[in-house]
Amino acid sequence: MTGTLERRAAMATLMQNRGDDLLVVPGLGSTTYDLAAAGDNDRNFYLWGAMGGAAMIGLGVALAQPKKRVAVITGDGEMLMGMGALATIGIQQPPNLAVIVFDNGVYGETGGQPSHTSGGVDMVAVARGCGFATCVEVIDEAALADLASRLKSLDGLLFARVAIQADEPPRVLPEKEGAVLKSRFRAALGLTP
Amino acid sequence: MNALPPDWPDRLFDTLKRADIRQVGYVPDAGHSRLIARCRDDAAIRDVALTTEEEGVALAAGAWLGGERAALLMQSSGVGNCINMLSLMRSCRFPMLTFITMRGEWEEFNPWQVPMGSIVEPVMKLCDAEVYRATKPEDVPRLAERAVQQAFGEERVVAVLLSQELIGKKVWVK
Repeated sequence: MTGTLERRAAMATLMQNRGDDLLVVPGLGSTTYDLAAAGDNDRNFYLWGAMGGAAMIGLGVALAQPKKRVAVITGDGEMLMGMGALATIGIQQPPNLAVIVFDNGVYGETGGQPSHTSGGVDMVAVARGCGFATCVEVIDEAALADLASRLKSLDGLLFARVAIQADEPPRVLPEKEGAVLKSRFRAALGLTP
Repeated sequence: MNALPPDWPDRLFDTLKRADIRQVGYVPDAGHSRLIARCRDDAAIRDVALTTEEEGVALAAGAWLGGERAALLMQSSGVGNCINMLSLMRSCRFPMLTFITMRGEWEEFNPWQVPMGSIVEPVMKLCDAEVYRATKPEDVPRLAERAVQQAFGEERVVAVLLSQELIGKKVWVK
């Protein structure tokens, strides 16, 4: 449900001095715009569709790149659509994966309809139940700074819920061509595009 | 039925190994049980049990982003679960290799398997997949090899349907 943190500032805090070993998969919609606003990077794989798929894309990357840190940063609606992924990830336990949900309790892209988290669904409890050993609630700046620091030295499967405001800052639209996003991400890892 | 266990799942496994498949997503399935067991026993393959098949599509995309090849094992009923996620593969030209065990055709006991089973081929084609069908054990290795080459060479979704005639009917009364 809705919190007090500002989404763009929260993303900027998490991405500050991110390092070349951080790979980021945002969800479609607002978290993709937030990530683009924090600074474009070849190691971002923006989503423009595939709702419910962000966490599983992150899992595939994390398993393939065990020496890199992988952050899935998505919205509550996107995470709810693919909630089974939390169970799948819990079974795999990739130590280099963080799933971070920017939770404002609404579907911002479609007119602000309330999401299930507004109705009381507790994503942190879900993640804990799925086997995420570290689950954090981020409701203020101190907790956000702590999450940013955990992300810097990620050493175990992590889930975080970041309680953000339900506002909608002006959109910052990154590259939309999927093949370009794919190729540049792979090239940044030294793979043949 | 078969006195000896069929060996096509082992041939399929050989193909996955030759293709250097490192992540195998699957929803538990009787027709794939032998292949799933082989993947689980192989230290170089990460077996990823899924709660729904579309997770395996997203997993394959992530694996490729990270430089690994993945495969998705599913039953015909899982194809319907994948449709929107397959737009990810087409939009980004991700390679995806999938082996689909068919239900709802040869000697199917459960009529509820028919609606999805009967539309797997057109649905996959509408999703821009190349589709092959194996009906005899000897079809499996060559179609699987072809699928590997096409999926990773052309960067597209390639499905090999393993027909119910090949798999054998499900035994309901044990």
